Amino acid sequence: MTAVAENKPAYDGKVLDLTGKSGARAFKNTLATVLIVLAFAVAMIPLLWILFTVVSKGYHLLLSADWWSQSQRGITVRRAGGGAYHAIMGTLIMALITAVIAVPIAILGAIYLVEYGKGTRAAKVVSFMIDILTGVPSIVAALFVYAVWITVFGFNRVGFAVSLSLVLLMLPVVLRSTEEMLKLVPDELREASYALGVPKWKTILKVVVPTAFGGIITGVMLGLARVMGETAPLLILVGYSKNINLNPFNGFMGALPTMINQDRTELALPNAADRVWAAALTLILLVLALNLLARLIARFSAIKSK
Amino acid sequence: MAKRIEVSGLNVYYGDFKAVEDVSMTVEPRSVTAFIGPSGCGKSTFLRTLNRMHEVIPGARVEGKVMLDQQDLYGAGIDPVAVRRVVGMVFQRPNPFPTMSIFDNVASGLKLNGVKDRKKLTEVVESSLKGANLWNEVKDRLDKPGAGLSGGQQQRLCIARAIAVEPEVILMDEPCSALDPISTLAIEDLIEKLKDRFTVVIVTHNMQQAARVSDQTAFFNLAATGKPGRLIEMAPTKQIFSNPAEKATEDYITGRFG
Repeated sequence: MTAVAENKPAYDGKVLDLTGKSGARAFKNTLATVLIVLAFAVAMIPLLWILFTVVSKGYHLLLSADWWSQSQRGITVRRAGGGAYHAIMGTLIMALITAVIAVPIAILGAIYLVEYGKGTRAAKVVSFMIDILTGVPSIVAALFVYAVWITVFGFNRVGFAVSLSLVLLMLPVVLRSTEEMLKLVPDELREASYALGVPKWKTILKVVVPTAFGGIITGVMLGLARVMGETAPLLILVGYSKNINLNPFNGFMGALPTMINQDRTELALPNAADRVWAAALTLILLVLALNLLARLIARFSAIKSK
Repeated sequence: MAKRIEVSGLNVYYGDFKAVEDVSMTVEPRSVTAFIGPSGCGKSTFLRTLNRMHEVIPGARVEGKVMLDQQDLYGAGIDPVAVRRVVGMVFQRPNPFPTMSIFDNVASGLKLNGVKDRKKLTEVVESSLKGANLWNEVKDRLDKPGAGLSGGQQQRLCIARAIAVEPEVILMDEPCSALDPISTLAIEDLIEKLKDRFTVVIVTHNMQQAARVSDQTAFFNLAATGKPGRLIEMAPTKQIFSNPAEKATEDYITGRFG
């Protein structure tokens, strides 16, 4: 040990500047930090403002049991009373039908793009079309379904037609998010499965999709949240009904966005205004509930590591 | 339960690029064969042709013959899925299925191929984990996730998963390169034990490892970057490390290049 100590070179006496602080860099750092915090605040202000306004103006109607169990049947804009049951059920039924149609197509499409079509011409075409579909405004999707469903086939304006147009809006959202989630699954897991003599389709079904499941569910819920607030397809493809109608293939149907639209026309009347805010809050809560449900499912099925 | 592999005149291509050229060799059953050589010399690529795993990469193809006893793995009507059931593989990085428990990971090969008999699965899981020297460490937590084990344990779990389907041959692609020395030792002990039942082929960058575990050693090299890799020499491990026939082999194992 002593030999080592004796051989140790002496300090060279030079003190290095390790504080790393120079005036210009510190200033830039502060400036960037301030800008970022400001940008965050600017983004948060409208969100909090909206939430505060909607909650404060809408919450009291939600406290009554009638709101969750009654329709607006026979309630004129001037009168108070009634509920949003018809609109909540309409929104949920149409969203459910949309999901039942869109989710399998989107997930199978994403599996094709990631697992089978990678790099092929067909995959590039599909991918490009999905990009276009992402940019289609809801009113265009609605008019397209109107042209096919009502003009060509001669059906009536019903809830199912709304679901068809919402499928066009939900499909690209779910497909893209599922695609990203499948891409995140490491190839090593696929190879591990192949090395056990497991066929490709079973590898996808039992290894790849379960690994990506949490992310896929989140994508589905984001897609649902997106379509539940759409108004244009409702206005074009199904009339607003104040009565409870649970049949998506017959008659007009209530929905939360069109209920808001209905009472909005008489916003000067206090009872109508109350209903507008309450319906808006209900819609936000429905979307929130779906998101929480998605989180729960994702956590329940999460990749376990401990 | 262990077959001889005879490779003759094998070329491997990725698209137009020839990655491995003209390899012929015989891998003896119930022995350990090590592939050594510098990075990019095609030893891993060649290993993956032995269970047709390279076909996972688009554009990859093979010329030549790989005989498993009497059968050509690249013959007409041969299904790569069926080939992989008899030629298993362990990878460089431990890759247990993250959604599955320890039990399900080991049973996955059987379960995904349709075995439902719980009693049989339990037996196979126990014998495979014992075969992979992992049973004592995990027997009380078989229902816990496989991803919660240490790196070395995960790799032994992957070996248990590979032997659970009772393959004839086990290919190992640098199975210890992501592990610490103690875990590496555990895997090496295990390889020694595996050769009683299986034909084992291992790719390694660690020449001491090749010297420790293998009976035969094959040295691969490439003339230059962009040129295909070739088999330079294959001989009993003792001979390769004491008296190699080729100058390139001697340079490599004495550390003069690579």
